[in-house]
Amino acid sequence: MSRHPGLNLAHADEKAHAEAEPLLFGFWVFLMSDLVLFALLFATYATMMGVTAGGPGPKQLFELGPAAIETAALLCSSLAYGMATLVMKYERGRVWLLFWLGAALLLGLVFLCFEIDDFVGMFAKGGGIGRSGQLSAFFALVGTHGLHVTFGCLWIVVMMIQVLVFGAERRDNKTERERLLADRVQTRILRLGLFWHFLDIVWIGIFSVVYLQGLTA
Amino acid sequence: MNEKHDFASDLRTYLVGFALAALLSAVPFAAVALHRPRAQVLWLLIGCGLVQLLVHFRCFLHIDLSEQKRDDLQLILFSVMIVVLMVGGTLWIMGNAHRHMM
Repeated sequence: MSRHPGLNLAHADEKAHAEAEPLLFGFWVFLMSDLVLFALLFATYATMMGVTAGGPGPKQLFELGPAAIETAALLCSSLAYGMATLVMKYERGRVWLLFWLGAALLLGLVFLCFEIDDFVGMFAKGGGIGRSGQLSAFFALVGTHGLHVTFGCLWIVVMMIQVLVFGAERRDNKTERERLLADRVQTRILRLGLFWHFLDIVWIGIFSVVYLQGLTA
Repeated sequence: MNEKHDFASDLRTYLVGFALAALLSAVPFAAVALHRPRAQVLWLLIGCGLVQLLVHFRCFLHIDLSEQKRDDLQLILFSVMIVVLMVGGTLWIMGNAHRHMM
């Protein structure tokens, strides 16, 4: 039974495993501070609901279709990243690891494209950032999540390069130093995985509180 | 350790989580698309949202009640308590102010 399912227990040594645990716990501490940030942006949005200052409200600005596509893209991206961690854990080859990381990246970019299209549409309908308190709170909340996804995508690209350069499989690597590098790449991919799945959890809150609550009659 | 069996069971965790999450997202979206009454939709949002939260933590982030995950779980629960206090307090105070100003 491994503590962190992504970590390769079958082949990794005890030392690598022991080193990974505080790293992952530390990353959880960061994620929880991020959770507090998002929670307060949600609270701000909730207090600003209905403060439209005569401007367009959610029913004029939001669209159900794109929100559904964004939700699906992010969820599929989460699954693709899960597949990447599985492929890494069971060492099914570098090609498959890169394939699933690439799939997660692509779906993240699909999400971002639809979100940017949403924002542009809202601006065109007169729903800019400064139009009303509700819209400022909306862009603060959804924009912060979008920025997180953007940096997540960038981070996936960086990890794909690291996998290409250093590899993420212990059995490929003969020397102690090469094994150490592979271990480090593995724990980095695990931490990015926590980040990526966490962003999907924040999105559950956004599509529920912002989009669906705003669009329901 | 049976590696093939472990791979299959890990894979199943992800796929079950994905199926549940997709279902729990689709239901409230469908309710809004079908113009269900507002009160009904809001309860559905709260219910499905909270269950989906648990599904994601269990199946994707691998947080469970086992002893190995106890540190992570306690950190998460403490953070949730902080969030509940801050968000709940904000909504309470601002809601109160709003009622008195109207």
